[in-house]
Amino acid sequence: MLNNGLLRYLYKKGINLTYVVISFILFITVWDLAVRLSGVNEALFPSPASAFRALLEIIGDGTLGEHVLSSMTRFAVGFILAVTSAVIGGIIIGWFDILFKFTNPIIQLLRPISPIAWMPFIVLAFGIGDMPAIVTIFIAAFFPVLISTAVGVKNIPEIYLKVAKNFGVGKIEIFWKIVFPAIFPQITAGTHLALGSAWVFLVCGEMIGTQSGLGYLIIDARNNLRCDILAADIVVIGVIGLLLDAALKYGEAQILKKWGLQKE
Amino acid sequence: MYINISNVNKQFTHKGKLFTALNNVNLTIEKGEFICLLGPSGCGKSTLLNAIAGFDTPTSGSITIDGKEVKKPSTRNVTIFQNYGLLPWRNVIKNVELALESNKKLTAAERRQTAQKYLDLVGLGNFADSSPHQLSGGMQQRVAIARALTADPDIIFMDEPFGALDAITRMKLQDDILSIQKKERKTIIFVTHDIDEAVYLADRVVVMTPNPGMVKKVLTINLGPGRDRTSEDFQKIRNIIFETFNMKHTYPIEYSI
Repeated sequence: MLNNGLLRYLYKKGINLTYVVISFILFITVWDLAVRLSGVNEALFPSPASAFRALLEIIGDGTLGEHVLSSMTRFAVGFILAVTSAVIGGIIIGWFDILFKFTNPIIQLLRPISPIAWMPFIVLAFGIGDMPAIVTIFIAAFFPVLISTAVGVKNIPEIYLKVAKNFGVGKIEIFWKIVFPAIFPQITAGTHLALGSAWVFLVCGEMIGTQSGLGYLIIDARNNLRCDILAADIVVIGVIGLLLDAALKYGEAQILKKWGLQKE
Repeated sequence: MYINISNVNKQFTHKGKLFTALNNVNLTIEKGEFICLLGPSGCGKSTLLNAIAGFDTPTSGSITIDGKEVKKPSTRNVTIFQNYGLLPWRNVIKNVELALESNKKLTAAERRQTAQKYLDLVGLGNFADSSPHQLSGGMQQRVAIARALTADPDIIFMDEPFGALDAITRMKLQDDILSIQKKERKTIIFVTHDIDEAVYLADRVVVMTPNPGMVKKVLTINLGPGRDRTSEDFQKIRNIIFETFNMKHTYPIEYSI
């Protein structure tokens, strides 16, 4: 049944969708015009149409699927490892104030260093193959989650801890009964932040020493002078990043809603 | 005597200044008594409550409950806070069940049964599966009360529990807590800055004053159960407390011939 609220919701969504569609049409038009008016050789500056043809080509022969699969596998491994270890580490340094005081300066020093800067060391330590990309993603995702977790633990409302103490929640139990759920919104916020930068660095990580993945596809397309495939690959990277972000945003909103932190 | 507070002092430094929150407090409380700690902010009433509940230790002096020195919070004594202290990631019944989770002998079904019983007692039996944030402030405080009762404590500490509620809801909850106390026979120590609330609820009102926080007067309220807020006796006791706080204005009489 279409009630008033649903109609209003669809109307709002419709308006938002209109903006999205128009902005994409504008973008593609400007891109197309730039190709036509600049007079640069299409082999070097592909038009939207040739990028689209290239996209169909790499979908059709299965190369895109392979590259997406290997990229997503590396991403999942590096990202999950990073989030898990950062949450555990963040809870520990957030809980013990003295640890936070000692580790925080080092974290603040390491955090602004681009994961790519570590690349020579990473290759020396882990060799080539999947590992450089995984380690790059790990470094990119680790610090945002670590910091938001540790800060979350430090800012747990005291009343939760008082209640826990009062009802005899044990010293170990308190971590999974109180601390972890209490900081869950902060963990998801940090994870959301980490996802964006990790996805950016996946492509960089795959440009070195790999034989597959969306980052490798860029190098491969360049070497074969297939700028149309290059453009198609860039679009795919953008779309996957957008989808990952949307998925996490949705999950985050659900959690905030359940916690009552967001107005319904 | 059940709770014995003798020569309790509490000092702390705030911005380099030594601050006396409690100055030589002596008080004894009997089992089953309803005690209100009444005073303006800064009089040390919450500090005293935290000390009796074991969340905070006094600088000097001793507090014993049933002859045993208070060192840390105990599951035998439950505190109800002004901000309810419900865990937002648990639904209502799971919040109440928290009170029983330290008792490893109980099965999950037994926990749920007891929790449901006390939820019914506070009139929220139908809200077991709701999230705390879906309830009004008064309902959330009822959940906290149900959780406290579920633990079957000897003493319930209440730290301005109705301070965040509107006047009507507050009066309703005051009646509820009185009838619950009659039924469950708990010792209740109740912190408030509301004079009417203290006179309405307490067997004895401990009047406290700030700078430094100390007990000014202990008043026994002999009004019996079913108190009438508008009765003359009620007003008389209110007046005594107002005088204790020096809040009764004496108007100079103007003479004219």
